[in-house]
Amino acid sequence: MAETQDQTQSVVLDGVTKRFDSFVAVDDLSLELSRGEFFTLLGPSGCGKTTTLRMIAGFERPSAGEIRIEGDDVAALPPHKRPTNTVFQSYALFPHLSVEANVAFGLKRKKVGKDEIAERVATELKRVGLAADANRRPSQLSGGMQQRVALARALVNLPKVLLLDEPLGALDLKLRKGLQVELKRIQREVGITFVYVTHDQEEALTMSDRIAVMNHGRVEQVAVPEEVYDRPSTTFVAGFIGVSNLMPASVAGTGQVRLDQGQTIATSTAGFAEGQRCHAVVRPEKLRVELLDGAGGTDADQTRVEGIVESSLYLGTATQIAVDLGGGVRMTVLIPNADEAERQRLPGGGARVALSWEPEHMHIVSESPNGEGAQEKQDLETTREVDANA
Amino acid sequence: MSTVRRRLVPYFLLGPGTIWLVVFFVVPLYYMFKLSLETGLVGSLEFSWHWANYSDALSLYHSQLIRSFVYAGIATLVSLLLAYPLAYAIAFKAGRWRNLMLFAVVAPFFTTYLIRTIAWETILGDQSPVTEFMNAIGLAPGGKVLATGFAVIAGLTYNFLPFMILPIYASLERVDVRLIEAAKDLYASATQSFLRVTLPLSAPGIVAGVLLTFIPAAGDYVNAQFLGGVGNRMIGNVIQSLYLSQSNYPSAAALSFVLMALIMIAVVIYIRFAGSEALMGEEAQ
Repeated sequence: MAETQDQTQSVVLDGVTKRFDSFVAVDDLSLELSRGEFFTLLGPSGCGKTTTLRMIAGFERPSAGEIRIEGDDVAALPPHKRPTNTVFQSYALFPHLSVEANVAFGLKRKKVGKDEIAERVATELKRVGLAADANRRPSQLSGGMQQRVALARALVNLPKVLLLDEPLGALDLKLRKGLQVELKRIQREVGITFVYVTHDQEEALTMSDRIAVMNHGRVEQVAVPEEVYDRPSTTFVAGFIGVSNLMPASVAGTGQVRLDQGQTIATSTAGFAEGQRCHAVVRPEKLRVELLDGAGGTDADQTRVEGIVESSLYLGTATQIAVDLGGGVRMTVLIPNADEAERQRLPGGGARVALSWEPEHMHIVSESPNGEGAQEKQDLETTREVDANA
Repeated sequence: MSTVRRRLVPYFLLGPGTIWLVVFFVVPLYYMFKLSLETGLVGSLEFSWHWANYSDALSLYHSQLIRSFVYAGIATLVSLLLAYPLAYAIAFKAGRWRNLMLFAVVAPFFTTYLIRTIAWETILGDQSPVTEFMNAIGLAPGGKVLATGFAVIAGLTYNFLPFMILPIYASLERVDVRLIEAAKDLYASATQSFLRVTLPLSAPGIVAGVLLTFIPAAGDYVNAQFLGGVGNRMIGNVIQSLYLSQSNYPSAAALSFVLMALIMIAVVIYIRFAGSEALMGEEAQ
């Protein structure tokens, strides 16, 4: 079975598909996770990320494909025989048991010796900072504390893979930020493979070693956070990670892209054919904005487009300016509020502006093969509403 | 002013219930207690602190008292064994049939208790197919089911079963299935996750069901009257006949208080045990 098994592989999904009646939740998914990796499945709700996690845990059987954990095919194993543990979104702590008994639950089922259980439970509770709360009931704890108990209850078993299903989703922002750092620290400390499911792109970028961006049951890109952010491979990934600035374009020739707005820009076109339709992406913080007065804008600067300021939003640390390039193309510019006088000079609504950027900050992406995600569209809607109110 | 009113609101809300309890429970109880210490016959009853009513009741009718508790105890146990799997099936497996099944559980209440018990008299009668069948498989020695302890216990079980099913169902229905998933994720087999998670979480329903079944069953007289024989009389039958046939009100009242006291003792012992961590599923440390 494990003839080509790499010693560093942890979880391997090979052509995994999950159908619920006629609905395909996960479509021919293949992933390879390394040991000790913090791997994130990122995507909008309904993209199949939680179903994927549940298949690794054993709560769902794949309709097709193979799941291997450290070389062993686990398809036929029920959840309680798999070397995985889960931190559930709702924590699912046993309300009738103390914190200590919750954490000891898995070790007791494995018939670990009494003294060893006591020792490991104490160590784990100390790790998550709950040593003083061992005898309390889950209902007496705050949400953040319950989340730690859930983490300790899973980690104490030293699983080969820890599965986390949006574990921070129910917590408020400040607590979430703190726990993100702590989770990452614990993951480094124990060296266990983490499979982390979230729809929060910021969370994914902060914590992950690698991210798989999912859409409609398929993976659109698997890469390290920097690459997912800076070089998204599809329009969906570009839109889901951060604010999308997509300019329709076509490949004019090798290393040449012509924006529909008129400019031809030198950029890498590897993997694209001449004449192919694509989108050029520039991140909002990489754009510069410049007021056009009168007849300006005829200089030879190629990496620039012109448009009309739709709105300007004060975000505290930055100012967000939405620029309409015409033809239904909207660009978002993010300018740090470093200097108050400079901020005062930023163009307001209705002003004609030019946007420019360094050529290396632009690259082209293909149209998402799976259609645009519902989440992204929704986000755009809300942005529009906010703009309309501004 | 308004704070005074706000402070009084709970008492206003408690008022109707308190009045009801005083008029229909405390006052009758007081008169019953007084009656239990009187001597003489109807018409010439006299209050005389006659505690002998109690000792007489106990010495004359202790066998019926014991029988009541044994019958009620067996009926409660059988009900529990029948009700738990049924309630479990309705809560977790019934799917779209759930409401229909719940309706089937309460449907017997559309007919009066008395009629249903009399129907059982016919079903368990000497010539009935049920009796003949039971005789054929050796469960009815002498070809008789009616007028046996078996028939009385069967009747009690039948009549009080819904009171066991409904509270157990209510507690099972609230069990979060994600907890069962969590147990399985933590290496518990199906049996272990039932014993360690589902069963402890449904314990409050079991406690309530046992009380709701045992208490009325212990004081019941209808089942013993229609389905039992002379040797199967329960304490309820004795009290009924002392009141209605023999007009011996003081003895009947004393016996009622004895029954009440015994049931209360049983319930207190049971709740102390059931309320302990052992039954609530606390894992021993």
